Amino acid sequence: MRHTISVLLQNKPGVLSRVTGLFSGRGFNIESLSVAQTLDPEVSCLTLVTSGDDMIIEQITKQLHKLIDAIKVTDMSEHDYVEREMALIRVKAEAHTRAEVLRVIDIFRGKVIDVGPKSYVVEVTGKDSKIQAVIDILRPIGIQEIVRCGTIAMTRAKKS
Amino acid sequence: MKLTGAQAFIKCLEEHGVEVIFGYPGGAIIDIYDELMKCDTVKHVLTRHEQAAVHAADAYGRVKGEVGVALVTSGPGATNAVTGIASAYLDSIPMVVFTGQVPTMLIGNDAFQEVDIVGITRPVTKHNYLVKDAKDLVPTIREAFHLARTGRPGPVLIDLPKDVLATLIKYPEPKPVKMRTYKPTYEPHPGQIEKACLELLKAKRPVIYAGGGVINSNAFEDLTELAKKLNIPVTMTLMGLGGFPGTDSLSLGMLGMHGTYFANMAVANCDYLLAVGSRFDDRVTGRVDAFAPKAKIVHIDIDPASISKNVRVDIPIVADCKHALIAMNTWFDRNKDFDANARVEINRPWHEQIKDWKNKHPLGYVEETDIIKPQFVVQKLHELTGGNAIITTEVGQNQMWAAQFYHFNHPRHFMTSGGLGVMGYGFPAAIGAQMAAPDKVVIDIAGDGSIQMNIQELATARQEKLPVKVAILNNGYLGMVRQWQELFYDKKYSQTVMEVVPDFVKVAEAYGAVGLRATKPSEVEPVIMEALRTDNTVFMDFVVAREEGVYPMVPAGKATTEMLLV
Repeated sequence: MRHTISVLLQNKPGVLSRVTGLFSGRGFNIESLSVAQTLDPEVSCLTLVTSGDDMIIEQITKQLHKLIDAIKVTDMSEHDYVEREMALIRVKAEAHTRAEVLRVIDIFRGKVIDVGPKSYVVEVTGKDSKIQAVIDILRPIGIQEIVRCGTIAMTRAKKS
Repeated sequence: MKLTGAQAFIKCLEEHGVEVIFGYPGGAIIDIYDELMKCDTVKHVLTRHEQAAVHAADAYGRVKGEVGVALVTSGPGATNAVTGIASAYLDSIPMVVFTGQVPTMLIGNDAFQEVDIVGITRPVTKHNYLVKDAKDLVPTIREAFHLARTGRPGPVLIDLPKDVLATLIKYPEPKPVKMRTYKPTYEPHPGQIEKACLELLKAKRPVIYAGGGVINSNAFEDLTELAKKLNIPVTMTLMGLGGFPGTDSLSLGMLGMHGTYFANMAVANCDYLLAVGSRFDDRVTGRVDAFAPKAKIVHIDIDPASISKNVRVDIPIVADCKHALIAMNTWFDRNKDFDANARVEINRPWHEQIKDWKNKHPLGYVEETDIIKPQFVVQKLHELTGGNAIITTEVGQNQMWAAQFYHFNHPRHFMTSGGLGVMGYGFPAAIGAQMAAPDKVVIDIAGDGSIQMNIQELATARQEKLPVKVAILNNGYLGMVRQWQELFYDKKYSQTVMEVVPDFVKVAEAYGAVGLRATKPSEVEPVIMEALRTDNTVFMDFVVAREEGVYPMVPAGKATTEMLLV
């Protein structure tokens, strides 16, 4: 099963390689990864998506927790949470397809962030499934390049 | 007053009560060696290879129950140390290893003798550091000692660039280490202790399976108390030997691949398994689904990641073994309904069953009159040292025979590379052990193959005038691999025949040590007696039965009940 795991880490050199080394060394799988500083500049937040049965996920969270530089490990899948990915897509936009591209992007609430003579760069955010849907629809029009970032996630506010 | 980094380093070792370190000098670490010469509180033992320095520090720490310290230079010094570090990591041995490094401004330049040792050792250390700023030096060393000895112990490496050792700094005042992200759990959860105890009261066929954590947490007495109070048989892992008296009637000896028949049968048939400071290693469990299949499993471990890693556990207890065992003992002492005599009655059929297994297949071998059996040598060593020697081993058959036939009655008396299985561990470990316990008899039980992996340490032993004894079980083979080839590879002895074996007596003599040889069973005792009388380093070359095997044996991947017997 797919799990999104969020790890707060000390913001120090080499910390990322401790995490990735743990995954490669123990044969765990990383589907996506994203890291950046938090409000506290000494702490960074790493979000990763992985998959495995319960025993593997339990090992992953325990091993992550065991890293001396790890402050907190949260398996988001145990909580109510929101998650987002972003993709930048360079799509062919010639005279006869420009309007079509704009319409599709509008439907998915994306943005055109660069305009060239024969292409647009569009920005789309959302869940993994939404990004995939945009890609599927734009593909016949002509996608020239895609850059996607890893998933980021946050727990929802507690109700009441 | 300001100190150089190198001076602060020495002062910080003194602050931590370090008396002996093991190492090998080189260009990048020369500043520390310069300071060591002026220092009379820290004794440096010069080994003849960096790997040996780390193994010696490992065993020194194990015997003393303290943090072992090794010091090596950059580049090849550091890479040579890696095997020793990995061995300590897999055996959870507290250790701090210092490596020299090229000056900070050269790091990343592929400078002479530069290697990214922090990168290389990341997966085999509990934690590691590169000190880039001299003001971080002392706090980093303090943190490293704290990490090495607390929680699940392990090796910590600190990489020291040459310029950091020459920089002048103010020595920071000692203060307790506080780490935001590291707080191991020592005290068990009382609810879990109660659950474990209640289940134990229901058990008719209980077994304790004790590992290295018992030794690490000094829980020998507490484990013995619990086992005796409740009349529970105890089996030990290789790392756990000495955690419970091996000659006690409740001892089942070692379990697993080369464990006793009765230990493996007891675990396979128990209804309650108390795992204490052990980690369900594949050499212990065999086929996982056939390991203690009928049992409620309770697992005490300070490392939560060890729990339910290989085998699903019913009652996990995250705690220091000693604290958890004290809590269990206290629970039974306070429980008015608990009746020790009633336990004996309830468990009687179980103990009779075990006695039956013991009678059916005791640990043994076929004795011969004209040829020395390796097991006989170990038995004789046990007998003639009163079972009180510190034993180290290499890896392979020698290690298993030592584990099976030297019935360890005391903790911190058996040093072996259990997890990584390093040939070449035993001799430097014996040197470290003898440094830690100068008045003890220290014997390395070795094979003719593995002794050659660190045989150069004869020079170290001689230089320090250590009366270390090495018992070489010389069969002219890499015996354990040969045994596998005999059993599973149609007796094709590919590269396991040692066609050239040196004359170990002459090798010993070349270093100024004593060499003795026994070729007949009647010579074994006189050779051992002479070795024990000698206060020099001694090699005992026992020419043993060439194709003797280690039995029982559970073939890899089989259930532990599917043993090949003598």
